[in-house]
Amino acid sequence: MNPFIEIITQPDNIAIVIMIIMVTFFMVWAFQQAFQNDRLLAAGLPVDGEKDKFVDTFKPLVRIELIIAIVVMVGLTVWSIAVDAPLEEIANPTITPNPAKAPWYFLGLQELLVYFDPWLAGVVLPSLIVVGLLAIPYIDINPKGNGYYTFSERKYAIMIFSFGFFVLWLLLIVIGVFFRGPGWLWYWPWQEWDHARVVFEPTKDLTSLIGVDSRSLPGFIIGALVVGSYLVGGMIAPYRYWKKNNPELLAKLGIVRYVTIIFLFITMMSIPIKMVLRLVFLIKYIWITPWFNV
Amino acid sequence: MKRLPEITDKVKRNLIWKSIFRRDYRNNVRDRAQAIFGNVFLHLHPVQVRESAVKLRFTWGMGGITFFAFITLVITGVVLMFYYHPTIDQAYTDIKDLEFQVPFGVILRNLHRWGAHFMVIVVMIHMFRVFMTGSYKAPRQFNWGIGVFLLVLTFLLSFTGYLTPWDQLGFWAITVGTNMGAATPLLGYQGPFSEYLHITPYNDVRFALLGGAQVGGNALLRSYIWHCVAIPLISIILMFVHFWRVRKDGGISKPQK
Repeated sequence: MNPFIEIITQPDNIAIVIMIIMVTFFMVWAFQQAFQNDRLLAAGLPVDGEKDKFVDTFKPLVRIELIIAIVVMVGLTVWSIAVDAPLEEIANPTITPNPAKAPWYFLGLQELLVYFDPWLAGVVLPSLIVVGLLAIPYIDINPKGNGYYTFSERKYAIMIFSFGFFVLWLLLIVIGVFFRGPGWLWYWPWQEWDHARVVFEPTKDLTSLIGVDSRSLPGFIIGALVVGSYLVGGMIAPYRYWKKNNPELLAKLGIVRYVTIIFLFITMMSIPIKMVLRLVFLIKYIWITPWFNV
Repeated sequence: MKRLPEITDKVKRNLIWKSIFRRDYRNNVRDRAQAIFGNVFLHLHPVQVRESAVKLRFTWGMGGITFFAFITLVITGVVLMFYYHPTIDQAYTDIKDLEFQVPFGVILRNLHRWGAHFMVIVVMIHMFRVFMTGSYKAPRQFNWGIGVFLLVLTFLLSFTGYLTPWDQLGFWAITVGTNMGAATPLLGYQGPFSEYLHITPYNDVRFALLGGAQVGGNALLRSYIWHCVAIPLISIILMFVHFWRVRKDGGISKPQK
């Protein structure tokens, strides 16, 4: 069979196909409603839901809940009749499957292991995702766009969240499920998996580009300077920009919110930056220390 | 059929009927309200809601669908527990028995498996909807936080269930997942700075998760208890708070400009 068909019809992967369809559908629906409300806002008209009246819960709401419950139950039942849950061989610690994949919703994090050491990819970054999500209501001080779909009133919030959700979370999951084969090597869906395939990529560390051994003291210092200037520069640059162009915003944010926002943002952006460094320039580490590597 | 109204009338005057349904339902304002607050399951709702709450396009029903998926999983999960022993000798053969011995065992397991995938998908879409409508903004900041914890708990519920069939897929998925615990800074034996705390493979985070240095019988028991008892309990408590706060924060968010 065509490997592509084979891969998307694997029982567990059907869930991913359903996820892609559902997420795409609701993404389009959300943005379509957002743009529709934006047009109403531009015309000075009330947005969808603003003129809502109250209706009885019994029965309009109870009825629609019941209908949804029945539809979901029918859908799950059909899915369960049509597709059987896989059961592989009994667990055997001596036979390691290749690739050994985490559950699908963690494959984005597993993908990060290509670019970061486990303490970052598996512990620090996931924790920061949770912290960042928890922080959203407290760092987003824009009072607009509360209770209705809109894009124009909260462009940056939506763009940053969408980048994190659709690209860094969902796209990496899809890559992990469909494009990663033995040895976590990249396989196009139409390529056969080849267990003997070895890709030799002579990765380097950043400092060796300028001829400094990354494990030497000068290498350590240069690496520390690069990482430090990314963090410090990333912290200062927006401050100076806003100080000049939008000082009211800075005053409204206050120092604690500002530092939290920028720290979370530059941490998030370090992921695509490190991906480009690794994939395009074959750079493994930027900074090597006796305790950890970045 | 002529006598049907007479029969229903008689039934409704019966002592047992009247003890269950305290009053007759006539379609008036008072009885429509009574139908909600007189019912333990329905009184989660207010008596009246805004129109957006009954239109699909605003909420997509995603929070409710997530809750419904959870209920489905609790019911199928409880039935599955009747057929399952969390030991390495029996776990795998119990799953095989579902296939060959238990009536409708295959569909039971499929419902639980696909329901779990489904719940993870819809809870993420629910979060996306709440973000896109700005519903985390005042006064709902705290409830967004509860939701984030429920999202994480949903992942953990699914993750801990992965090991229970004791097959290669679950075994290695859990091995890969818990190996991350070993990389925790300070508290994992491979993590940065852990040597200063004298952390070894036998006293680190991973050991606590697995109840051993490898995925074995203790890990199976631990994941089973987390999966069937501990995490569902925590989730249910947080769901109470989540639903309660939806009401107390004013129901489905409405445009505030």
